[in-house]
Amino acid sequence: MRVFLIAALATLCIAHAAGQSAPATAKASAPTDLTGYWVAFVTEDWRFRMVTPHKGDYQAVPMTDQARKVADAWNPEADEAAGNQCKSYGAAAIMRVPARFHITWQDDNTLRVDSDAGMQTRLFHFNKQPSPPGERTWQGVSSAQWQGPALKIATTNLRAGYLRKNGVPYSENAAVTEYFDLAPLPNGGQVLLVTTVVDDPLYLRLPFIVSSQFKKEADGSKWDPTPCTAK
Amino acid sequence: MHRKIVSAAVLLYLFGSGIAAAQTELTGSWATRNHEFLAGDGLPVDFTGIPLNEEGRLRALSYSESQLSTVERQCQGWPAFYVAQGPFGLKIWSDTDPLKGNVISYTIGAWEDRPPLTIWMDGRPHPSPYAEHTRAGFTTGAWEGNTLVTHTTHLKAGFLRKTGAPSSDEATLTLRFYRHDDILSLLAIIEDPIYLAEPWILSRSFQLSAAPLPATGPPCITTFEASTSQTAPHYLPEKNPFVDEMTKKYGVPRAAAIGTPETLYPEYRKKIPTAAALK
Repeated sequence: MRVFLIAALATLCIAHAAGQSAPATAKASAPTDLTGYWVAFVTEDWRFRMVTPHKGDYQAVPMTDQARKVADAWNPEADEAAGNQCKSYGAAAIMRVPARFHITWQDDNTLRVDSDAGMQTRLFHFNKQPSPPGERTWQGVSSAQWQGPALKIATTNLRAGYLRKNGVPYSENAAVTEYFDLAPLPNGGQVLLVTTVVDDPLYLRLPFIVSSQFKKEADGSKWDPTPCTAK
Repeated sequence: MHRKIVSAAVLLYLFGSGIAAAQTELTGSWATRNHEFLAGDGLPVDFTGIPLNEEGRLRALSYSESQLSTVERQCQGWPAFYVAQGPFGLKIWSDTDPLKGNVISYTIGAWEDRPPLTIWMDGRPHPSPYAEHTRAGFTTGAWEGNTLVTHTTHLKAGFLRKTGAPSSDEATLTLRFYRHDDILSLLAIIEDPIYLAEPWILSRSFQLSAAPLPATGPPCITTFEASTSQTAPHYLPEKNPFVDEMTKKYGVPRAAAIGTPETLYPEYRKKIPTAAALK
């Protein structure tokens, strides 16, 4: 009996160790399925998100004095003329844009997030050693890892952009940390909660923290790609 | 003797580690950051983002903030929803069974106009539907992996937002507590068959604070505010003078300001009139 119990304990320990070994791919080891179409449910900050806030309306953003100067000089016409109409669609702000998002696996270790508003594409790389960053982009370079059932994403190498459409700035040195969590809805369906933390010592006195919620849709029938707008 | 030790080890492996791994430490002080404007109380008629039904909208537009000047309403406080909306941080503590060590309840401390929220973790059932309804309601909780999920019933009729969007005594609140590093995110799902067209989903994030937050706020003390009216201040249908304030000040269409459900989805942006047309 003693031998049996020791053998059972050893078997359990081996099984436990095997369970902790690194799975082959992020897709295969995904603890939750984030793929599908998700629509922003705009229950918060409606007047900052669904309409373009007035110049100077920066309520609730912990801006530095330097950020305020930049925002006070906001000129959407100049942004458009310079080809910068996507400044409010960068990684620090995109999940706050009223949009639909399509999440798919681009390959076994890369989760892809497309937005219809602004037609942006984000790539979350699970590789341990991502390739060296190249040119700065609106969506930057994102590394991802599973944390229990949640997804954690860290993004850098950004082009400078806007946290809000009316020119509230973040710099190219901003770092964005995000957490994706899933929850069931009462009458079926799912909600995706995205918590976004933006660190930017140049333009933010504190990390800027917002959380946004999305409802899962059955299909892409409401997918409506529209280009970025500066106004 | 050895058999008992090995058996105990097996049982500990099977149950003990699983239970410990399924929970997250939530107690402590969580500072608010208020980078989202959830209170929505800047103007008298701001129901943006709330999926009100027709009855809810009618009640909301009849509300006058002068009601708060009447002595009997000054300290009525806000329902449990306010934990996810109000501008305050969270002080969370737990009560444990002195013998078994398991958590019996968590409590989120009160603030001046928010009651304490006790979350019962010991498996007790919710009371009879006919039991007393209170501002805080009755809340039970359970762990789903690392996420604490709570459900609140027995709420007194009150408000979804301080500007008068109503909640009924049939409203319920489901909270999910997600902790990531030093960030605590609350997902709130509010259901109200009387005043909401669909569940209202809110979220809010807090940051772990080394500085302790108070477990309660200052007491609310009523005072005479020169309101001598013998009737509850209110507006009759179609008579609310503030219904277009959001349009005038921020360019928000009336349909959005009064909480029309379709305005909560991105496609509504295509229906928003231009600023010139709104004037």
